[in-house]
Amino acid sequence: MQPRPAQRAYWQRNTRLTVALLCVWFVSTFVAGYFADELNHFTLFNFPFGFYLFAQGSLLIYLIIIGIYVSYMNRLDRDWVRESAPGEPRTRFPSSGE
Amino acid sequence: MDLKTLTYIVVGATFALYLGIAFWARAGSTGEFYVAGGGIHPIANGMATGADWMSAASFISMAGLIAYNGYGASLFLMGWTGGYVLLAMLLAPYLRKFGKFTVPEFIGDRFYSNGARIVAVVCLILASITYVIGQMKGVGVAFSRFLEVDYDTGLYIGMALVFFYATLGGMKGITYTQIAQYVVLIFAYTIPAMFISMNLTGNPLPQLGLGSTMADGSGMTLLAKLNLVVTELGFKEYTTQTIAGRLDMFVYTLSLMIGTAGLPHVIVRFFTVPKVSDARSSAGWALVFIAILYTTAPAVGAMARLNLHATIQTGEIGSPEGNLSYEARPQWFKNWEKTGLLKFEDKNGDGRIQYYNDKNPEMAKKAEAFGWKGNEMVKVDRDIIVLANPEIAKLPNWVIALVAAGGLAAALSTAAGLLLAISSAISHDLLKGVFMKGISEKAELRAGRIAMAGAIMVAGYLGLHPPGFAAGTVAIAFGLAGASIFPALMMGIFYKRMNKEGAIAGMVAGISVTMLYVFQHKGILFIQGTEFLGDLGPNWFLGIQPNAFGAIGAVVNFAVAIMVSKMTAETPQHIQDLVESIRTPRGAGAATH
Repeated sequence: MQPRPAQRAYWQRNTRLTVALLCVWFVSTFVAGYFADELNHFTLFNFPFGFYLFAQGSLLIYLIIIGIYVSYMNRLDRDWVRESAPGEPRTRFPSSGE
Repeated sequence: MDLKTLTYIVVGATFALYLGIAFWARAGSTGEFYVAGGGIHPIANGMATGADWMSAASFISMAGLIAYNGYGASLFLMGWTGGYVLLAMLLAPYLRKFGKFTVPEFIGDRFYSNGARIVAVVCLILASITYVIGQMKGVGVAFSRFLEVDYDTGLYIGMALVFFYATLGGMKGITYTQIAQYVVLIFAYTIPAMFISMNLTGNPLPQLGLGSTMADGSGMTLLAKLNLVVTELGFKEYTTQTIAGRLDMFVYTLSLMIGTAGLPHVIVRFFTVPKVSDARSSAGWALVFIAILYTTAPAVGAMARLNLHATIQTGEIGSPEGNLSYEARPQWFKNWEKTGLLKFEDKNGDGRIQYYNDKNPEMAKKAEAFGWKGNEMVKVDRDIIVLANPEIAKLPNWVIALVAAGGLAAALSTAAGLLLAISSAISHDLLKGVFMKGISEKAELRAGRIAMAGAIMVAGYLGLHPPGFAAGTVAIAFGLAGASIFPALMMGIFYKRMNKEGAIAGMVAGISVTMLYVFQHKGILFIQGTEFLGDLGPNWFLGIQPNAFGAIGAVVNFAVAIMVSKMTAETPQHIQDLVESIRTPRGAGAATH
C-alpha cells in the first residue's frame, strides 16, 4: 500500500518542522557551547551570555522548541482528521477500534 | 522538637503516603502493571517523569557539581535536559502510536524478529542495571545520612518500600507515587534555595537572584562577586571554567542527550498517556517540571559556594585575622565534620582555617608569604552543598527535615522506574514474547511481580556490594542506552528501509564499541589492572573520555546498520505499512499487547 497523498503531505510537514527545530536545538546547545568563551563577552540580564545559556537559557529554548512542536503538530493533526475523514469531530481521534 | 524526631515524623509521613497510594493503586491487569492502564493525564505523567528522571544524583549532587565546576558543569545540565527535545519530537509520539507495552517489543515488531527483541532486552538490561546500581547506592546513602542508620539498614528499608509499591502496583503504583515524590522533592529543593537567594540578593526567586546584585551594599552582581572571591583564592574563574576539552564536552553532552532519549524507563512513561498528542505535550510538561529544579541548581551552587568561602575567609586574604578560627566554626561545620564529608587539617598550626587552591603555583607562592602551608580544608564533599544548605542559611528544622524527605523521594522514584523497566523486559519480552508465548494474562502478571522482586534483590545485592566502579557509572549507562537503543528506535521510525539484519548489527556494534572503549580505559568489566590503555587524556581517542563515548557508539550503530541493510533483503511490505501507520496520528487508542 502506497501512502495516500494527504498522508505524505502530513509527514513532509512534520519532518520539515522537526528538522528546523532540531537545528535550533543544535545551535543553542552545541554551537553556543563550543563558542561559550566568545559569547561571554556579551551580557544578558547581568549574566555573561555564554554562562546564562548554560544556567537557564538553553533550558528555556528547549521548552520553547517543544511548545512550538506540540502546538503545530496538534493543528496538523486536526487538519489531517478533517481532510481524511470529514464527518468526524475535529479534536478527538477515534479509538483504536476504528 | 529536636531535629531527629522531626525528620522521622516528616519522612515517616511521606512513606505512609507512598504506601497508601500503593495500596489504592493496585494493578489488576498487565495493562495496568506495564503502562498504568494508559490513562494518565499528560501533566500528571510529566510530573511522574520528572521524579522518574531526577535521581538522587540530581537532587543531592548536581548543585555541588555546579558549585565546584562552574560553567564546566553545563554539559550535565544541558545533557540531561536537551534529551527531552529529542524524546518529544523523535520518539515519544511515534512509540505511543505504536501502542505496545515495552521498548524491546517495538524493536521486535518493527524489525520482525525475536532476535532483535532479545538484543534490545540485553541492551536495556545492561544500561538499566548500570544505572540502578548508582540509584541503590543513592538510596542507601540518603537513608543512612538522613535517618542516621547505617548504609546497609538504609538500603534494606529502601528495598522494602520499593518492593511493596512496585510489586503491588506496577507502573500504576509507581506513577502515582512518583507524582507524590515529585511534589515532595521539588518543595524540598526550592524552599531552602529561596531563603538563601533572599538573604544574599533580596530576590526570593533563585533564578533571578543568580543574576542580581548583592544585598550587602557592594553594588556587585552575585556572579562578579563570586568570580572575584574564587579567583582571589587561586581557583578558576567561576563563569568560564571548563572541565573538558571542547570536542570532549561536545561529545559528552550529546551522549547524555541521546542516552536520555534512549533510556527505556523514561520512554515507557510516554506509553502511559491516552493519545499521541498527549505523548508530545507530556514530554514538554516533563521538561517544565524538571526545569524547575534544574534552573534552581545553578543558583544553589553559586550561592552555596559564595557562602562557604565567606564563612571561612572572613577578612582580607593574607591578614592573620582574615581566616575563621577553628574554635569559632559554626555548628553545621561540626555536624558535617562528624560525617566525614568535611575535613580540616591545621597544616600551619595557627588554629585558623585556610581554604584556597594550593595547586595553583601563583597562589601557592603568595600563600607561602602569608605563612600558609597548604589548603587546610582537605575534604569538602560536593554533596555538602545541598545537604548542609539549610543549616548554612540557618533555616528552621522543618526545612532540614523536608530536605531529607526530598532526597529519599528522589532516590526511590528513580530506582522504582528502572526496576519496572527491567522486570517488564523479562516478563513481557522474554517470557510472554519469546519463550512462553501461550502464557495467560494472569500468569504474566504474576511473572511480572516475580521479576520485579528478583530485580529488586539483584539491585539490592549490587547496592550492598557495589562493584569497584560505582562512581561515574551513571554516565556510562547513558552511553550504553544512547549507543544501542536510541539509534534503533530512530531508524525504526524514520528509515523505512531499515531491516532486521541492519538493526541487529547496528545495536550489537554500537554497544560493543562503547563497552570496549570503556573497558580498554577502565579495565575489563571494570576490574582494575586489566585495562590495556590508561584512563588518561593522552590515551583517549581524540581526547574523548570513556563516559562520553556513547555518542561515538551511536554513530557506529547508524553507520553499520545502514551499510548492512543495503546489502541484505528489503523490509517486507507489511512492515513498511506498519511504519506508515506509526507516522500518522489516527487511531492511537489504549496500549494493547
